[in-house]
Amino acid sequence: MQQKKSFWKRLTGSREASLVLILVALLIVVTILSGGTFLTPSNISQIFRNNALTMLMALGMLCVLLTAGIDISITSILAFSGMTIGLLQKYDILHNTFLLFLIAALIGTGCGLLNGLIISKGKVAPIICTMGGMYIWRGLAYVISNNNWASGADVSGFSDFGKDGSVGPYIILAIAYVVFFIVMKWTTFGRRIYAVGSNAEAAEVSGINVDKVISLVYMIMGLLAGLSGALSVSIYASAQPNMQYGKEMDVIAACVIGGVSMNGGRGSVVGTFLGALFYAIVAKALPLVGLESIWQNLIKGIIVLAVVLLNVLTQRAMDRANLERREL
Amino acid sequence: MKRKVVSTMLCAAMAAGLLAGCGSGSSSSAASSASSASSAETTEAVASGSGEAVKSGSTAAAGTADASGHTYAIVTKSAGNPYNEREASGFKDTIEALGGTCIVQNPEQATADAQISVINSLISQKVDSIAVAANDANALSAVLQQAMDAGIKVMTLDSDVEASSRMVFCNQAGVKEVGQALIDAVYDITGGEGEYAILSATSQATNQNSWIDAMKSIAESDDKYSELVLDEVAYGDDEPQKSTDQTQALLQKYPNLKVICSPTTVGISAAAKVLQDQNSSVKLTGLGLPSEMKEYIGDDDSHSCPYMFLWNPIDLGKLAAYTSVALVNGQITGAEGDTFEAGDMENSPYTVTKNADGATEIILGPPYKFDPSNIDEWAEVY
Repeated sequence: MQQKKSFWKRLTGSREASLVLILVALLIVVTILSGGTFLTPSNISQIFRNNALTMLMALGMLCVLLTAGIDISITSILAFSGMTIGLLQKYDILHNTFLLFLIAALIGTGCGLLNGLIISKGKVAPIICTMGGMYIWRGLAYVISNNNWASGADVSGFSDFGKDGSVGPYIILAIAYVVFFIVMKWTTFGRRIYAVGSNAEAAEVSGINVDKVISLVYMIMGLLAGLSGALSVSIYASAQPNMQYGKEMDVIAACVIGGVSMNGGRGSVVGTFLGALFYAIVAKALPLVGLESIWQNLIKGIIVLAVVLLNVLTQRAMDRANLERREL
Repeated sequence: MKRKVVSTMLCAAMAAGLLAGCGSGSSSSAASSASSASSAETTEAVASGSGEAVKSGSTAAAGTADASGHTYAIVTKSAGNPYNEREASGFKDTIEALGGTCIVQNPEQATADAQISVINSLISQKVDSIAVAANDANALSAVLQQAMDAGIKVMTLDSDVEASSRMVFCNQAGVKEVGQALIDAVYDITGGEGEYAILSATSQATNQNSWIDAMKSIAESDDKYSELVLDEVAYGDDEPQKSTDQTQALLQKYPNLKVICSPTTVGISAAAKVLQDQNSSVKLTGLGLPSEMKEYIGDDDSHSCPYMFLWNPIDLGKLAAYTSVALVNGQITGAEGDTFEAGDMENSPYTVTKNADGATEIILGPPYKFDPSNIDEWAEVY
């Protein structure tokens, strides 16, 4: 029975595989619409570079969503850490790229840990807690900026790291995805995250420290958001208090497209990568295919919704198939 | 037990954080949430200010720029933007030097919605005048009309609304003059012929659209520009990331592109970085802040922007302050031909004129050109 599975069944039998199909279809459409000029090396590198922040933070969001939580404070953490290191450079306090990244990551980790403790120990609903965080960190970014931007000449040495042509952002992305793939698949900690998300009570009974897992998950999310703050300043050579405003939804969307369930317990690193890639390709392709700017958001929304619907249908078909097999 | 203590402490810390966030947000007028528009500080100031206004309103001597006893508000496009901050500081310093009370409101986001809620709260605070840099030409009409009905003098600066919803508009530079300067820059940098593209902010931004329209109509009406081809007007929504995407798309879609013209400070610096990083032969001009653009302005191939334009946002704020005071004192009504003194400002006295559409405005002066010879000096200023 297992071996007789048809090619088609195998494709529709896993969410990742069906996402790959959708991605290929999308690429074909975009390539035709752009006159065959879409898949050039420079375009591909720009897709990753320009969406590095979403892709990086999607990994943290995957973990958070797996525990049936949500974090909407991430772009505020990003702005706060990014603004901090931008100002450190503007006022000539520190110009060491590595240390600046470290500081941003530490700030993010601290913010994330606070979120995690409030949610796990204080039993505050994740959306409420991170909503508070969203205002606080964004507000702090405005306060410390004091209506100044750090850009251009201020961050000139630092921005070489994320400059077009530099491999910095790709290396960070690659390392992050490899580490997360390993952790989520082959370590106890990874399996605990899934366990907590599938059934927190069962996890608790089986000896997992649920509070600790949840705190750590938000801390990791914060770490990635802080790193993204530094990466953002480096890539765009600009630190503004309103940077990436509202983009936490992009990160959540990337995860959801990648098949991560908002109810916890379901999702994978590969799916997240594909979802983020899908989102990135759409963002890159829309201005290129000759669509008027004002139409782009509308089309983006429709595409996202269509893919998610397709995802849900695939999932349902999979569940039914599994059930049938068991009954046989 | 231990858990309870920890959670109580965390909740307390969180609440304190929230309070601190809001408190400092509004006192530095960052208005991190629109509802915090009335901090204790400003409400107090307004209360005493409007109290005096009732007493001294009729006795204010027309003709002299005296602002004492009145409250003047300025609503910028958004918080956290150095251009808006300089504009507001010019306004505030002038009002305070003249003895008035000033309220600065910076909405968190550059949207009409955010401005409407801020203006509503200013109306209920009974200020004497409101100066707005509009985020939308039409969406603010109703609330501004309401303000004028309440006896508040309403004016715009930087970016206008419909003429019937305000008394006068302080124009940083005549629309025609800006359009002319930009199209001439494109003409000059392309060498008189070739393709160019425009990278704007949002598709509803009033001032961006009027400059772009002016560029287009000048290019159409004069044979001199007949060899210039406008490929596209792209919108980067004043976000670095989106502006970067749009610039890269322009470069790819139009291989013969020679010049990008970006009449917005976020767009021009994002585009400058893309072009300079890629060592592109495409050049850039437009409107930008000197301090943001210093790194990119130069005549050689390693710099992406040969020159650009802007005006002094501090002066624009000052002019708006003098205009607000003159309106409140009844010295001008915003009708064509009205004249008033504006302290030590360069072109004082200023006169209200009519623009091409018949709307009244006060023009600050011609746009100022920033090139390699003066950029270092101006980058220190703003």
